[in-house]
Amino acid sequence: MTSIKMMLGASAVALTAASGAAQADKLTFYCSAQEDWCQLMANSFQDATGIDVAMTRKSSGETFAQIKAESANPKGDVWWGGTGDPHLQAAEEGLTAEYVSPMRDQLHDWAISQAESAGNKTIGIYSGALGYGYNTDLLAANNLPEPTSWEDLTKPEYKGHVQMANPNSSGTAYTTLATMMQLFGEDDGFDYMKRLHANINQYTKSGSAPIKAAGRGENTIGIVFMHDAVKQAVSGFPVKVVAPSEGTGYEIGSMSIIDGARNMDEAKKFYDWALSTDAQNLALQVNAFQVPSNKNAETSASAPDMSSIKLIDYDFKTYGSSETRKRLLKKWDDDVSVLPQ
Amino acid sequence: MRTLTTEQTTHPVLIFWIIAGWVGFFLLPWYGVEEFFSFEWLIDGYPFDEDYAPAAFLIGQGQKLWLAPIFAGLVLPLFALGRRKSDPVYARMLILAGAVGFGWLILQGFAIGIRGWNFDWARALFGDLGDRQYGMGYGALICASAFLFLFTQGIAARGAINGDVFVVSAIGGVIVIVTAFVFFPIAKMLTAAFITEDGGYSAGVFASKFFDDRLWGLGCLSGGRCGVAWNSLFLAVLVGLITTVLGLIFALVVTRSGFRYKRALRALTVLPIITPPFVIGLALILLFGLSGSVTVFISDVFGVQPTRWLYGLPGVLIAQTLAFTPIAFLVLIGVVEGVSPSMEEAAQTLRASKWQVFKTVSLPLMRPGLANAFLLGFIESMADFGNPLVLGGNFDVLSTEIFFAIVGAQYDQGKAAVLAMVLLCFTLGAFYAQRFWLGKKSYTTVSGKGDSGVHPHMPRALSLPVLALALIWAGFTMVVYAMIFYGSVVELWGVNNTLTFKHYVTAFSFRFEDSGIRWSGAAWDSFWTTLKIAAIAAPLTAIVGLITAYLLTRQTFAGKNAFEFGTMLSFAIPGTVIGVSYVLAFNVPPVEITGTGIILVVSFIFRNMPVGVRAGIASMSQLDKSLDESSLTLGANSWQTFRRIILPLLRPAILAALVYSFVRAMTAISAVIFLVSAEYDMATSYIIGRVENNDYGLAIAYSTTLIFVMLSVVALMQFVVGRTEIGRRMTQSRSSV
Repeated sequence: MTSIKMMLGASAVALTAASGAAQADKLTFYCSAQEDWCQLMANSFQDATGIDVAMTRKSSGETFAQIKAESANPKGDVWWGGTGDPHLQAAEEGLTAEYVSPMRDQLHDWAISQAESAGNKTIGIYSGALGYGYNTDLLAANNLPEPTSWEDLTKPEYKGHVQMANPNSSGTAYTTLATMMQLFGEDDGFDYMKRLHANINQYTKSGSAPIKAAGRGENTIGIVFMHDAVKQAVSGFPVKVVAPSEGTGYEIGSMSIIDGARNMDEAKKFYDWALSTDAQNLALQVNAFQVPSNKNAETSASAPDMSSIKLIDYDFKTYGSSETRKRLLKKWDDDVSVLPQ
Repeated sequence: MRTLTTEQTTHPVLIFWIIAGWVGFFLLPWYGVEEFFSFEWLIDGYPFDEDYAPAAFLIGQGQKLWLAPIFAGLVLPLFALGRRKSDPVYARMLILAGAVGFGWLILQGFAIGIRGWNFDWARALFGDLGDRQYGMGYGALICASAFLFLFTQGIAARGAINGDVFVVSAIGGVIVIVTAFVFFPIAKMLTAAFITEDGGYSAGVFASKFFDDRLWGLGCLSGGRCGVAWNSLFLAVLVGLITTVLGLIFALVVTRSGFRYKRALRALTVLPIITPPFVIGLALILLFGLSGSVTVFISDVFGVQPTRWLYGLPGVLIAQTLAFTPIAFLVLIGVVEGVSPSMEEAAQTLRASKWQVFKTVSLPLMRPGLANAFLLGFIESMADFGNPLVLGGNFDVLSTEIFFAIVGAQYDQGKAAVLAMVLLCFTLGAFYAQRFWLGKKSYTTVSGKGDSGVHPHMPRALSLPVLALALIWAGFTMVVYAMIFYGSVVELWGVNNTLTFKHYVTAFSFRFEDSGIRWSGAAWDSFWTTLKIAAIAAPLTAIVGLITAYLLTRQTFAGKNAFEFGTMLSFAIPGTVIGVSYVLAFNVPPVEITGTGIILVVSFIFRNMPVGVRAGIASMSQLDKSLDESSLTLGANSWQTFRRIILPLLRPAILAALVYSFVRAMTAISAVIFLVSAEYDMATSYIIGRVENNDYGLAIAYSTTLIFVMLSVVALMQFVVGRTEIGRRMTQSRSSV
């Protein structure tokens, strides 16, 4: 408890200098990316700065729930990774702190616009485009043509072969829903979701589950972020990745500093470091195929080539707000999910 | 003899707790220290440093003056010393001291937190406090216990439960810890059901979430999809029934048949209970999924189109039956063994056929076991989270809905709270239905009367189908486990089947260096933490569970039903809810234990205690009360009776409680996922991380290792606790075959 008091009480109560000086620099790091990437980030930061890092890895939804539950007495300092929506939500609810990093001039515009849409309470660290992947063996076994567009997925021959996550439980699936709204307009977008619904064999709970099922041969086509599909292919599963021809939306993996962090200085150090070229190049070592936000950082050769993907101008501010989210989810619940399949 | 002891005027127990209270107030650090088991505070400014000072030193230095009234509670019991228990002043002083001390301790703990006053009205009334306090530590803990037990001694002195100090203290202790670690967090969580979006309270919010068509819809009757609540209920009833029947079958085969390989069968039935979550589900997918080996084989041979039939009710049902049959078995084995053969022999002597004996004597006597087994299967199925997640398909159940209401894209804690309430109603309903079915009949068969014979074998008409079913199910279990082991030694499960040990090497490699062994494998950290936490939690769980069971079966006191309800509550709530409610309740003073190992231990104790309670109740209701009575008549007090008479006869129940809580502490996931921290990562959350990352090989290798570790620990426990000798000849006489 000493360190807790050190941070919280530093200004208010005059604490003995002894207990403060004895503390080594440390950082509590909540990570929502894949385990090995988190591990590598924690160790590399520790090596680079000598600050002790205590890392906890949880999915972005779980981390959000935890930060919210802990808000009266925050335990974490910095939250790195995971899709942008929960970060935006946390910013909206005042769970995260404002910070403008000196590293900003090295970043892509989309990373900064993510920060601006949240009052500088979060920032983009990587991005990944939405798409889908299919199991080449199963596709051949069922004599199905190779799909190339969103529209293809609604064709009757794919009935029972498409899987996506439930937008109520998964950020990936919500991005899909929001992408369709922006790609086709709200009415046509919902019409598309209804036609797609007829072909869906299961709405999974977790966002990347559809492509994992495809990898194992339990499903033919999974709508997921393309880097998740690439990962399956690189792991050795018979998966082919598709960038839909109509264009597609994307996520911005984000990073935020937790409001009331006990180790605020260390958190800021981590924040700046995580935006640097060196830190972002670490992704190459761990099969992470997202596009880094630092302009000078390298992208993996297996990663989907972003320049060849038609990206829509995704409106994170509108579609990340809880008001729009609730409205779209309710409409999807009431109009789409109840239809017979 | 007893009259003499009550007339004594020195009361060792009383003196002990008075001293404990003083030590807690004057010697031990009042507030929590960073590491519960580290004693750095002794050399770091103690006793004057504000962080480590005992309450008395704080007050002496003019700080935290609100702690001062606690001292009054420490002085009052001194007036009871030197008095007789029958003296009304004795009881009055102790009750007053306990109530004042405990009450004030709790009141100040909740009123003043890390931001000064916790309540706006207190701030309005008294002005800004300008001071703060953190979570309670050793000193507060000891003081609270002292006040509690002073209070219970006072109550006992007034004649409650025949003035039995042990029983009153045990009741008081269990009530306090259950309130603190079950009711309090859950109440905190459930109030979320009534909170509107802008932070106010409203019953309308609750109603709109409760009467939702997604929850109660009956579309499946007309070809559509049913509400989540009905799905869960239907699944749980099925699982409860099937696991009870299978559990009974295994128990009968093991105790009442001439089957040769009983020990192997027994070991096999225990396997699923020690299997980490997700693993059974993954194995089933590899067998029966769209590209599973059995599916492919059948579609090749018979030319049928493979389907996704596994995903949905069938898959979840199979996985849960596999996983929970052992629990039913563990409950039933004790009961089936415990049915006294003398009853059965009496019936046989009266010319009943074997079948009549089984139907009219043995089976009815097993009712408490059957009812408890069903209840456990039902509740486990309701709260299970891993299997529906992997195999559920579009068959949604309450537990997964709750999880994703909290962590999913909706962040709707209110909805989670409402769903949790529905789930709670179902489990409590099952609980009361079970009580009603058992009624007030007596199931006592173990009495103090010497040798009571040998169990007859099952009637042949029964034994053949029973044995056949047991063997089929055992075979199926073996295939599933062979698949799991195979999965841990292949390169990439289902794709590349080259044999390799690399997953084990990645997880569990170690090197010998000059400084000793270096644990370089990736899994060691979480492995040791898990082992440590489980080893601490298991005995505590068994103790709390069995004491509770003893109170419930052997003592009568006001509010016993509510007491029983409270002890079962934590089991009926899915882990996810427990996890979040623990974070909500214990992240802020007065009890601040998030991010520590303690919160994991505590959550395991209260999650798993009900199994200890159920196993204890099932066994104890078979022990004749005359055993206790004769012990008491011979001058033993209730503590001695409990320790010398009941406890040794309860070995099967103790073993069940120990094994179950140890194993669950190593395999639980849903609550744990919110409670793990960087320093205390658990094996299951590590495994899930690997599964999410496609490292199936590593995840399964880790799980396989855990299975072997748990097997050896269970064997060790069996050895240490030993078997109960309840006057049965172990060998079966020839004539009864």
